[in-house]
Amino acid sequence: MANTREIRRRIQSVENTAKITNAIQLVAASKMRRAQDRALQARPYAEKMQSVLGHLSGVAGDPETAHPLLERRDINETTVILITPDRGLCGGLIANLERHTGEIVLGPEAGGSGDISMIPVGRKGGDYFQRFGINFRASFQELGDYPGLAETQPISRIAIDDYTEGRVDRVLLVYASFVNTVSQVPVTVPILPVEPPQTEDVDSSGETQYIFEPSPQEVLADLLPRYVDLLVYQAVLEASASEQSARMVAMRNATDAANDMISDLTLVYNKARQEQITSELLDITGGVEALKG
Amino acid sequence: MPLTLEIITGERRLLRQEDVDEVIAPGSLGELGILPNHAPLITSLVPGELRVKKDNGVEEYFVSGGFLEVHSDDVTVLADAAEHGSEIDAERAEAARQRAQERLDQATDADRARAQAALARSLQRLRVLEHRRRRGGGGREMGRPTA
Repeated sequence: MANTREIRRRIQSVENTAKITNAIQLVAASKMRRAQDRALQARPYAEKMQSVLGHLSGVAGDPETAHPLLERRDINETTVILITPDRGLCGGLIANLERHTGEIVLGPEAGGSGDISMIPVGRKGGDYFQRFGINFRASFQELGDYPGLAETQPISRIAIDDYTEGRVDRVLLVYASFVNTVSQVPVTVPILPVEPPQTEDVDSSGETQYIFEPSPQEVLADLLPRYVDLLVYQAVLEASASEQSARMVAMRNATDAANDMISDLTLVYNKARQEQITSELLDITGGVEALKG
Repeated sequence: MPLTLEIITGERRLLRQEDVDEVIAPGSLGELGILPNHAPLITSLVPGELRVKKDNGVEEYFVSGGFLEVHSDDVTVLADAAEHGSEIDAERAEAARQRAQERLDQATDADRARAQAALARSLQRLRVLEHRRRRGGGGREMGRPTA
């Protein structure tokens, strides 16, 4: 039987761990709410932009040639923008993202479709794929918990430049999509070439004829880079909500496990203590009996 | 029927205002005024001042570029960034103007366009402030930013 002092020390250490995981859980919960809020606030802009883009793609001429960002080419090189957390302690999230990305890099999707390069956003993904010697076109870290458009724009601008200058023929965005608090699923979203959303929304049934100023082509040229900026911005926001919720759930599980361990250890401790007392009593009574002799 | 105006940026919805009489916006082909019953229109915007007229009052906003859509008396402004006149910090705008001017003076070709854009933004911010001041402070406050 382990001695009581050792068990007590063990309980103390588990209690300390539980305190830390509980604190991380609380912080993550509040960050998650804020991240979700921000993702929600970006929605009206995104919806409007998609509807404008939908109206435009009908009138700006052949979608293949209307703008360089719409042009489809044979794929010699694909860039994957991989959005991962900077920090761990978020359960299986990072491993899932890495596995998902690995399938793109090595899997059939990549087969025959040329080279793969990456733009890792977040330390974890970058650290992992560096080991495989994948070419990084750029890398971003520490965007902060609530990045704004100003922080995410450099990411999309690099992708846009690489695409328009022909260095890259396809850009995919990989991030953890936020399904709900307990479920975050890695998704792959192609962002370049831009696929204009289908105009099957309620608006278009009325067949409104818009006037475009200066011209449909110029509005399109203004809009497309901003649309790509927005896709990346939204993905970063959603990834941040996913990260925080994954962390919250992981830390809640850790706190629960620590508390279970504490109660088990307390039981063992009490047993050991009682045993000790019993044996001490036996000693004493034994001693008294012997003295009586 | 009066207009409904929405100003949305990527990060927040700055304003949703009903019963607006007129919207004057910095379109890329020049300033344009939108009155009720305007034809459906989509235009790009340049950095500048957006004025909202309602019940004999005027409110100034700064938009740094983006798009404007008019559709059946709904005016939607998709701005890269936007601020209500009262949100503009005079000192910061002035500092930004000086910084942009200095950068422009010593800019190489590559930086030139960016410095010019930054200068235009700061000048337009200052212009919004100036108009606001000339009108006599806050005036009739109607569309306060919600965020």
